[in-house]
Amino acid sequence: MHGPDGHHSSTSAGEWPIEVVLLVPFVAALVMYVCAAVIQYSRGRPWPWYRTLVFVLGTAAAASGFAGPVATWSHETFTGHVGAHLLVGMVAPLLLVLSAPVTLALRTLGTVPARRVVRLVRSLPARVLTNPVVAATLAVGGMWVLYRTPLFEATRSDVLLHLLVTLHVLAAGYLYTVAIVSVDPSPHRPSTRVRAAVLLVSIAAHGVLAKLVYAQPPAGLDVADVRRGAQLMFYGGDLVELALAALLAAQWYRTSGHDLRRAGLVPAAVGHGHPQSEQLRDEKRT
Amino acid sequence: MPPSDTTAHRQVAYRSHSFWGGLLVGVAVMAGIDEIVFHQILAWHHFYDLGTSTVALVSDGLLHAAGLLAIVAGFVLLLDAHRRGRAWSAAAWAGVFVGLGAFQLWDGTVHHKVLGLHQVRYGVDLVPYDVAWIASGALLLCVGLGLLVRLVRR
Repeated sequence: MHGPDGHHSSTSAGEWPIEVVLLVPFVAALVMYVCAAVIQYSRGRPWPWYRTLVFVLGTAAAASGFAGPVATWSHETFTGHVGAHLLVGMVAPLLLVLSAPVTLALRTLGTVPARRVVRLVRSLPARVLTNPVVAATLAVGGMWVLYRTPLFEATRSDVLLHLLVTLHVLAAGYLYTVAIVSVDPSPHRPSTRVRAAVLLVSIAAHGVLAKLVYAQPPAGLDVADVRRGAQLMFYGGDLVELALAALLAAQWYRTSGHDLRRAGLVPAAVGHGHPQSEQLRDEKRT
Repeated sequence: MPPSDTTAHRQVAYRSHSFWGGLLVGVAVMAGIDEIVFHQILAWHHFYDLGTSTVALVSDGLLHAAGLLAIVAGFVLLLDAHRRGRAWSAAAWAGVFVGLGAFQLWDGTVHHKVLGLHQVRYGVDLVPYDVAWIASGALLLCVGLGLLVRLVRR
Protein backbone atom coordinates (compact mmCIF):
# COMPACT_ATOMS: atom_id res chain seq x y z
CA MET A 1 0.00 0.00 0.00
CA HIS A 2 2.99 2.25 0.42
CA GLY A 3 4.46 1.32 -2.93
CA PRO A 4 5.35 3.85 -5.62
CA ASP A 5 1.65 4.65 -6.02
CA GLY A 6 1.19 5.44 -2.34
CA HIS A 7 4.28 7.57 -2.40
CA HIS A 8 3.07 9.39 -5.47
CA SER A 9 -0.33 10.13 -3.99
CA SER A 10 1.26 11.38 -0.75
CA THR A 11 3.17 14.03 -2.64
CA SER A 12 0.37 15.23 -4.90
CA ALA A 13 -3.34 15.88 -4.56
CA GLY A 14 -4.03 12.82 -2.35
CA GLU A 15 -1.87 14.00 0.57
CA TRP A 16 -4.79 14.66 2.90
CA PRO A 17 -6.19 11.11 3.40
CA ILE A 18 -2.81 9.58 4.35
CA GLU A 19 -2.22 12.30 6.91
CA VAL A 20 -5.65 11.66 8.40
CA VAL A 21 -4.95 7.92 8.65
CA LEU A 22 -1.66 8.58 10.41
CA LEU A 23 -3.34 10.88 12.94
CA VAL A 24 -6.11 8.40 13.88
CA PRO A 25 -4.17 6.57 16.65
CA PHE A 26 -3.19 9.86 18.28
CA VAL A 27 -6.74 11.20 18.21
CA ALA A 28 -8.00 7.87 19.61
CA ALA A 29 -5.47 8.02 22.47
CA LEU A 30 -6.48 11.59 23.19
CA VAL A 31 -10.19 10.74 23.32
CA MET A 32 -9.57 7.75 25.63
CA TYR A 33 -7.40 9.76 28.02
CA VAL A 34 -9.79 12.70 28.22
CA CYS A 35 -12.78 10.33 28.71
CA ALA A 36 -10.94 8.56 31.54
CA ALA A 37 -10.12 11.92 33.16
CA VAL A 38 -13.79 12.96 32.89
CA ILE A 39 -14.89 9.62 34.44
CA GLN A 40 -12.51 10.25 37.35
CA TYR A 41 -14.00 13.72 37.78
CA SER A 42 -17.56 12.34 37.78
CA ARG A 43 -16.54 9.78 40.42
CA GLY A 44 -15.43 12.63 42.65
CA ARG A 45 -11.73 11.82 42.38
CA PRO A 46 -10.53 14.57 40.04
CA TRP A 47 -7.54 13.63 37.95
CA PRO A 48 -4.90 16.43 38.14
CA TRP A 49 -5.52 18.89 35.31
CA TYR A 50 -1.81 19.27 34.57
CA ARG A 51 -1.52 15.56 33.79
CA THR A 52 -4.26 15.94 31.17
CA LEU A 53 -2.50 19.04 29.84
CA VAL A 54 0.88 17.29 29.43
CA PHE A 55 -0.87 14.34 27.77
CA VAL A 56 -2.49 16.66 25.21
CA LEU A 57 0.83 18.42 24.57
CA GLY A 58 2.72 15.11 24.44
CA THR A 59 0.29 13.60 21.97
CA ALA A 60 0.53 16.71 19.80
CA ALA A 61 4.35 16.56 19.89
CA ALA A 62 4.30 12.86 18.97
CA ALA A 63 1.75 13.35 16.16
CA SER A 64 3.69 16.31 14.74
CA GLY A 65 6.39 13.94 13.48
CA PHE A 66 3.88 11.95 11.44
CA ALA A 67 1.66 14.57 9.82
CA GLY A 68 1.41 18.33 9.53
CA PRO A 69 3.91 21.18 9.12
CA VAL A 70 6.68 19.65 11.28
CA ALA A 71 6.52 16.37 9.34
CA THR A 72 6.71 18.34 6.07
CA TRP A 73 9.68 20.35 7.39
CA SER A 74 11.37 17.10 8.41
CA HIS A 75 11.21 15.86 4.80
CA GLU A 76 12.64 19.10 3.42
CA THR A 77 15.76 19.68 5.53
CA PHE A 78 18.04 17.74 7.87
CA THR A 79 17.50 20.41 10.53
CA GLY A 80 13.77 19.76 10.22
CA HIS A 81 14.39 16.03 10.46
CA VAL A 82 16.32 16.54 13.73
CA GLY A 83 13.64 18.91 15.03
CA ALA A 84 10.94 16.30 14.39
CA HIS A 85 13.02 13.58 16.09
CA LEU A 86 13.55 15.81 19.14
CA LEU A 87 9.79 16.31 19.38
CA VAL A 88 8.82 12.69 18.72
CA GLY A 89 11.64 10.90 20.54
CA MET A 90 12.43 13.18 23.49
CA VAL A 91 9.84 15.90 24.20
CA ALA A 92 6.72 13.77 23.54
CA PRO A 93 7.91 10.79 25.65
CA LEU A 94 8.77 13.08 28.56
CA LEU A 95 5.33 14.72 28.47
CA LEU A 96 3.53 11.39 28.01
CA VAL A 97 5.40 9.77 30.91
CA LEU A 98 4.50 12.73 33.13
CA SER A 99 0.82 12.26 32.21
CA ALA A 100 0.87 8.86 34.01
CA PRO A 101 -1.38 7.03 31.51
CA VAL A 102 -1.06 3.62 33.22
CA THR A 103 -2.12 5.02 36.60
CA LEU A 104 -5.14 6.69 34.99
CA ALA A 105 -6.04 3.44 33.18
CA LEU A 106 -5.78 1.40 36.39
CA ARG A 107 -8.02 3.85 38.23
CA THR A 108 -10.62 3.97 35.50
CA LEU A 109 -10.83 0.40 34.22
CA GLY A 110 -12.88 -2.33 35.88
CA THR A 111 -11.18 -5.00 37.99
CA VAL A 112 -10.65 -7.54 35.23
CA PRO A 113 -9.11 -5.26 32.57
CA ALA A 114 -7.13 -3.44 35.28
CA ARG A 115 -5.63 -6.77 36.36
CA ARG A 116 -4.71 -7.41 32.74
CA VAL A 117 -2.89 -4.07 32.61
CA VAL A 118 -1.03 -4.91 35.83
CA ARG A 119 -0.07 -8.30 34.40
CA LEU A 120 1.18 -6.60 31.24
CA VAL A 121 3.26 -4.08 33.21
CA ARG A 122 4.73 -6.90 35.29
CA SER A 123 5.32 -9.26 32.36
CA LEU A 124 8.83 -10.33 31.48
CA PRO A 125 8.94 -8.49 28.12
CA ALA A 126 7.78 -5.24 29.77
CA ARG A 127 10.39 -5.66 32.49
CA VAL A 128 13.15 -6.28 29.97
CA LEU A 129 12.12 -3.41 27.69
CA THR A 130 11.90 -0.90 30.56
CA ASN A 131 15.27 -1.92 31.98
CA PRO A 132 17.35 1.29 31.72
CA VAL A 133 20.26 -0.35 29.90
CA VAL A 134 17.99 -2.08 27.36
CA ALA A 135 15.82 1.00 26.84
CA ALA A 136 18.84 3.31 26.43
CA THR A 137 20.38 0.90 23.93
CA LEU A 138 17.13 0.86 21.93
CA ALA A 139 16.78 4.66 22.01
CA VAL A 140 20.34 5.99 21.63
CA GLY A 141 21.70 2.86 19.94
CA GLY A 142 18.87 3.17 17.43
CA MET A 143 20.02 6.70 16.62
CA TRP A 144 23.59 5.44 16.08
CA VAL A 145 22.29 2.77 13.68
CA LEU A 146 20.19 5.37 11.84
CA TYR A 147 22.98 7.88 11.24
CA ARG A 148 26.04 5.61 11.04
CA THR A 149 24.65 3.03 8.59
CA PRO A 150 22.97 3.34 5.15
CA LEU A 151 19.59 3.21 6.96
CA PHE A 152 19.20 7.01 6.94
CA GLU A 153 19.82 7.14 3.19
CA ALA A 154 17.19 4.41 2.70
CA THR A 155 14.54 6.21 4.79
CA ARG A 156 14.74 9.22 2.46
CA SER A 157 13.29 7.30 -0.46
CA ASP A 158 11.15 4.67 1.31
CA VAL A 159 8.02 6.12 2.94
CA LEU A 160 7.16 2.96 4.90
CA LEU A 161 10.69 2.66 6.27
CA HIS A 162 10.61 6.31 7.30
CA LEU A 163 7.32 5.69 9.11
CA LEU A 164 8.74 2.65 10.92
CA VAL A 165 11.85 4.57 12.01
CA THR A 166 9.68 7.42 13.35
CA LEU A 167 7.54 4.87 15.25
CA HIS A 168 10.69 3.30 16.70
CA VAL A 169 11.91 6.73 17.78
CA LEU A 170 8.63 7.36 19.63
CA ALA A 171 8.41 3.89 21.23
CA ALA A 172 12.06 3.68 22.23
CA GLY A 173 11.97 7.25 23.54
CA TYR A 174 8.96 6.38 25.70
CA LEU A 175 10.57 3.20 27.07
CA TYR A 176 13.76 5.10 27.83
CA THR A 177 11.93 7.90 29.65
CA VAL A 178 9.85 5.35 31.61
CA ALA A 179 13.05 3.54 32.58
CA ILE A 180 14.67 6.74 33.89
CA VAL A 181 11.82 8.74 35.48
CA SER A 182 8.55 6.79 35.53
CA VAL A 183 5.66 8.21 37.58
CA ASP A 184 3.51 5.18 36.75
CA PRO A 185 3.88 2.05 38.88
CA SER A 186 7.06 0.33 37.71
CA PRO A 187 8.00 -2.89 39.47
CA HIS A 188 11.66 -3.83 39.70
CA ARG A 189 12.82 -0.27 39.17
CA PRO A 190 16.61 -0.10 39.56
CA SER A 191 18.25 2.24 42.06
CA THR A 192 18.66 5.97 41.41
CA ARG A 193 22.40 5.38 40.98
CA VAL A 194 21.90 2.92 38.13
CA ARG A 195 19.40 5.20 36.42
CA ALA A 196 21.70 8.24 36.82
CA ALA A 197 24.62 6.25 35.38
CA VAL A 198 22.53 5.21 32.35
CA LEU A 199 21.41 8.82 31.92
CA LEU A 200 25.05 9.99 32.02
CA VAL A 201 26.21 7.49 29.41
CA SER A 202 23.24 8.12 27.12
CA ILE A 203 23.70 11.92 27.25
CA ALA A 204 27.36 11.39 26.32
CA ALA A 205 26.48 8.97 23.49
CA HIS A 206 23.87 11.40 22.15
CA GLY A 207 26.35 14.29 22.19
CA VAL A 208 29.17 12.29 20.59
CA LEU A 209 26.81 11.12 17.83
CA ALA A 210 25.72 14.73 17.18
CA LYS A 211 29.39 15.75 16.77
CA LEU A 212 30.07 12.80 14.46
CA VAL A 213 27.08 13.74 12.29
CA TYR A 214 28.47 17.30 12.22
CA ALA A 215 31.92 16.03 11.22
CA GLN A 216 30.79 13.43 8.69
CA PRO A 217 27.48 14.54 7.14
CA PRO A 218 25.35 11.80 5.55
CA ALA A 219 25.94 11.61 1.79
CA GLY A 220 23.92 13.80 -0.55
CA LEU A 221 22.93 16.42 2.03
CA ASP A 222 23.74 20.11 2.27
CA VAL A 223 26.67 20.40 4.69
CA ALA A 224 25.52 23.69 6.25
CA ASP A 225 22.06 22.21 6.85
CA VAL A 226 23.54 19.07 8.46
CA ARG A 227 25.73 21.20 10.74
CA ARG A 228 22.74 23.22 11.89
CA GLY A 229 20.84 19.97 12.45
CA ALA A 230 23.71 18.38 14.41
CA GLN A 231 23.90 21.41 16.72
CA LEU A 232 20.13 21.33 17.20
CA MET A 233 20.47 17.64 18.10
CA PHE A 234 23.24 18.44 20.61
CA TYR A 235 21.72 21.45 22.36
CA GLY A 236 18.06 20.46 21.97
CA GLY A 237 18.92 17.08 23.46
CA ASP A 238 20.66 18.87 26.35
CA LEU A 239 17.48 20.69 27.35
CA VAL A 240 15.36 17.54 27.53
CA GLU A 241 18.17 15.62 29.25
CA LEU A 242 18.46 18.38 31.84
CA ALA A 243 14.73 18.05 32.50
CA LEU A 244 15.15 14.27 32.88
CA ALA A 245 18.00 14.78 35.34
CA ALA A 246 15.94 17.29 37.35
CA LEU A 247 12.98 14.87 37.51
CA LEU A 248 15.19 11.97 38.55
CA ALA A 249 16.75 14.13 41.28
CA ALA A 250 13.34 15.38 42.44
CA GLN A 251 12.06 11.79 42.68
CA TRP A 252 15.12 10.79 44.72
CA TYR A 253 14.68 13.83 46.97
CA ARG A 254 11.04 12.96 47.60
CA THR A 255 11.50 9.24 48.25
CA SER A 256 14.53 9.77 50.50
CA GLY A 257 12.43 12.40 52.31
CA HIS A 258 9.76 9.75 53.01
CA ASP A 259 12.48 7.48 54.40
CA LEU A 260 13.84 10.30 56.57
CA ARG A 261 10.39 11.03 57.98
CA ARG A 262 9.76 7.35 58.63
CA ALA A 263 13.04 7.18 60.51
CA GLY A 264 11.98 10.16 62.61
CA LEU A 265 14.41 12.50 60.84
CA VAL A 266 17.35 10.51 62.12
CA PRO A 267 20.10 10.90 59.57
CA ALA A 268 19.90 7.68 57.59
CA ALA A 269 22.18 6.18 54.98
CA VAL A 270 22.14 8.38 51.92
CA GLY A 271 23.18 7.69 48.39
CA HIS A 272 20.24 6.30 46.52
CA GLY A 273 16.49 6.22 46.82
CA HIS A 274 14.41 3.27 47.86
CA PRO A 275 12.29 2.30 44.90
CA GLN A 276 10.13 0.05 47.05
CA SER A 277 8.68 2.93 49.00
CA GLU A 278 7.69 4.76 45.83
CA GLN A 279 6.16 1.61 44.41
CA LEU A 280 4.09 1.08 47.53
CA ARG A 281 2.80 4.60 47.30
CA ASP A 282 1.97 4.13 43.65
CA GLU A 283 0.07 0.97 44.40
CA LYS A 284 -1.88 2.63 47.17
CA ARG A 285 -2.79 5.41 44.78
CA THR A 286 -4.08 3.04 42.14
CA MET B 1 26.63 31.99 61.61
CA PRO B 2 23.67 29.68 60.96
CA PRO B 3 22.46 27.59 63.91
CA SER B 4 23.32 24.41 62.03
CA ASP B 5 27.02 25.26 62.46
CA THR B 6 27.17 23.46 65.78
CA THR B 7 26.44 20.14 64.09
CA ALA B 8 28.48 21.20 61.08
CA HIS B 9 31.65 21.33 63.16
CA ARG B 10 31.33 17.67 63.90
CA GLN B 11 31.40 16.89 60.17
CA VAL B 12 34.58 16.33 58.23
CA ALA B 13 34.66 19.03 55.56
CA TYR B 14 35.82 16.93 52.63
CA ARG B 15 33.28 14.22 53.44
CA SER B 16 30.30 16.52 53.94
CA HIS B 17 27.43 16.69 51.49
CA SER B 18 27.84 20.47 51.57
CA PHE B 19 31.37 20.23 50.16
CA TRP B 20 30.49 17.72 47.44
CA GLY B 21 27.28 19.52 46.56
CA GLY B 22 29.26 22.76 46.21
CA LEU B 23 31.92 20.99 44.16
CA LEU B 24 29.35 19.62 41.70
CA VAL B 25 27.74 23.05 41.38
CA GLY B 26 31.20 24.56 40.76
CA VAL B 27 32.00 22.03 38.02
CA ALA B 28 28.63 22.64 36.38
CA VAL B 29 28.91 26.43 36.55
CA MET B 30 32.34 26.38 34.87
CA ALA B 31 31.07 23.92 32.25
CA GLY B 32 28.12 26.26 31.69
CA ILE B 33 30.39 29.32 31.34
CA ASP B 34 32.53 27.38 28.85
CA GLU B 35 29.47 26.37 26.83
CA ILE B 36 27.47 29.61 26.99
CA VAL B 37 30.18 32.29 26.95
CA PHE B 38 32.99 30.73 24.91
CA HIS B 39 31.06 28.45 22.54
CA GLN B 40 27.89 30.47 22.03
CA ILE B 41 28.39 34.18 22.82
CA LEU B 42 32.04 34.74 21.86
CA ALA B 43 32.18 31.74 19.47
CA TRP B 44 35.90 31.35 20.27
CA HIS B 45 35.60 27.60 20.80
CA HIS B 46 34.59 25.38 17.92
CA PHE B 47 31.75 22.86 18.12
CA TYR B 48 34.05 20.37 16.42
CA ASP B 49 37.66 20.45 15.24
CA LEU B 50 38.71 18.55 12.15
CA GLY B 51 40.95 15.72 13.20
CA THR B 52 39.55 15.39 16.71
CA SER B 53 40.37 11.90 17.94
CA THR B 54 37.74 9.44 19.12
CA VAL B 55 39.18 9.50 22.65
CA ALA B 56 38.82 13.27 22.75
CA LEU B 57 35.23 13.12 21.48
CA VAL B 58 34.22 10.51 24.06
CA SER B 59 36.00 12.35 26.87
CA ASP B 60 34.29 15.59 25.84
CA GLY B 61 30.92 13.82 25.63
CA LEU B 62 31.25 12.32 29.10
CA LEU B 63 32.41 15.60 30.62
CA HIS B 64 29.54 17.42 28.95
CA ALA B 65 27.06 14.86 30.31
CA ALA B 66 28.65 15.07 33.77
CA GLY B 67 28.27 18.87 33.68
CA LEU B 68 24.54 18.57 32.97
CA LEU B 69 24.01 16.07 35.78
CA ALA B 70 26.33 17.94 38.17
CA ILE B 71 24.20 21.09 38.35
CA VAL B 72 21.17 19.00 39.34
CA ALA B 73 23.00 16.57 41.66
CA GLY B 74 24.91 19.42 43.32
CA PHE B 75 21.80 21.40 44.20
CA VAL B 76 19.99 18.28 45.44
CA LEU B 77 22.93 17.34 47.68
CA LEU B 78 22.96 20.87 49.13
CA LEU B 79 19.17 20.74 49.66
CA ASP B 80 19.52 17.33 51.29
CA ALA B 81 22.20 18.63 53.66
CA HIS B 82 19.94 21.57 54.51
CA ARG B 83 16.96 19.28 55.13
CA ARG B 84 19.02 17.20 57.56
CA GLY B 85 20.13 20.34 59.38
CA ARG B 86 23.71 19.73 58.29
CA ALA B 87 24.10 22.61 55.83
CA TRP B 88 27.60 24.05 56.07
CA SER B 89 28.08 27.09 53.88
CA ALA B 90 31.87 27.36 54.35
CA ALA B 91 32.36 23.78 53.15
CA ALA B 92 29.98 24.40 50.25
CA TRP B 93 31.99 27.45 49.15
CA ALA B 94 35.25 25.49 49.37
CA GLY B 95 33.58 22.88 47.15
CA VAL B 96 32.39 25.50 44.64
CA PHE B 97 35.94 26.87 44.20
CA VAL B 98 37.49 23.40 43.96
CA GLY B 99 34.88 22.47 41.31
CA LEU B 100 35.37 25.69 39.29
CA GLY B 101 39.16 25.32 39.36
CA ALA B 102 39.28 21.58 38.72
CA PHE B 103 37.07 21.85 35.64
CA GLN B 104 38.98 24.82 34.22
CA LEU B 105 42.36 23.18 34.84
CA TRP B 106 41.25 19.87 33.31
CA ASP B 107 39.70 21.65 30.32
CA GLY B 108 42.78 23.82 29.77
CA THR B 109 45.38 21.07 30.08
CA VAL B 110 43.87 17.68 29.18
CA HIS B 111 41.18 18.76 26.73
CA HIS B 112 42.84 21.67 24.97
CA LYS B 113 46.47 20.58 25.09
CA VAL B 114 46.78 16.79 25.58
CA LEU B 115 43.70 15.64 23.61
CA GLY B 116 43.60 18.65 21.28
CA LEU B 117 39.79 18.79 21.41
CA HIS B 118 39.65 22.44 20.39
CA GLN B 119 41.69 25.53 21.22
CA VAL B 120 40.69 28.51 23.35
CA ARG B 121 40.61 30.76 20.30
CA TYR B 122 41.53 30.55 16.63
CA GLY B 123 43.67 32.79 14.45
CA VAL B 124 45.57 34.37 17.36
CA ASP B 125 48.74 33.70 19.35
CA LEU B 126 47.51 30.98 21.70
CA VAL B 127 50.13 31.33 24.47
CA PRO B 128 48.51 34.19 26.46
CA TYR B 129 45.10 32.51 26.16
CA ASP B 130 46.40 29.14 27.32
CA VAL B 131 48.33 30.74 30.20
CA ALA B 132 45.24 32.69 31.28
CA TRP B 133 43.08 29.58 31.00
CA ILE B 134 45.34 27.26 32.97
CA ALA B 135 46.47 29.88 35.53
CA SER B 136 42.88 30.90 36.31
CA GLY B 137 41.99 27.24 36.81
CA ALA B 138 44.96 26.66 39.10
CA LEU B 139 44.18 29.82 41.08
CA LEU B 140 40.53 28.86 41.64
CA LEU B 141 41.56 25.35 42.64
CA CYS B 142 44.13 26.73 45.13
CA VAL B 143 41.51 29.05 46.66
CA GLY B 144 39.15 26.11 47.07
CA LEU B 145 41.78 23.82 48.56
CA GLY B 146 42.92 26.64 50.86
CA LEU B 147 39.38 27.10 52.18
CA LEU B 148 39.07 23.36 52.64
CA VAL B 149 42.37 23.05 54.55
CA ARG B 150 41.28 25.86 56.90
CA LEU B 151 38.06 24.01 57.66
CA VAL B 152 39.83 20.72 58.28
CA ARG B 153 42.42 22.29 60.57
CA ARG B 154 39.85 24.19 62.62
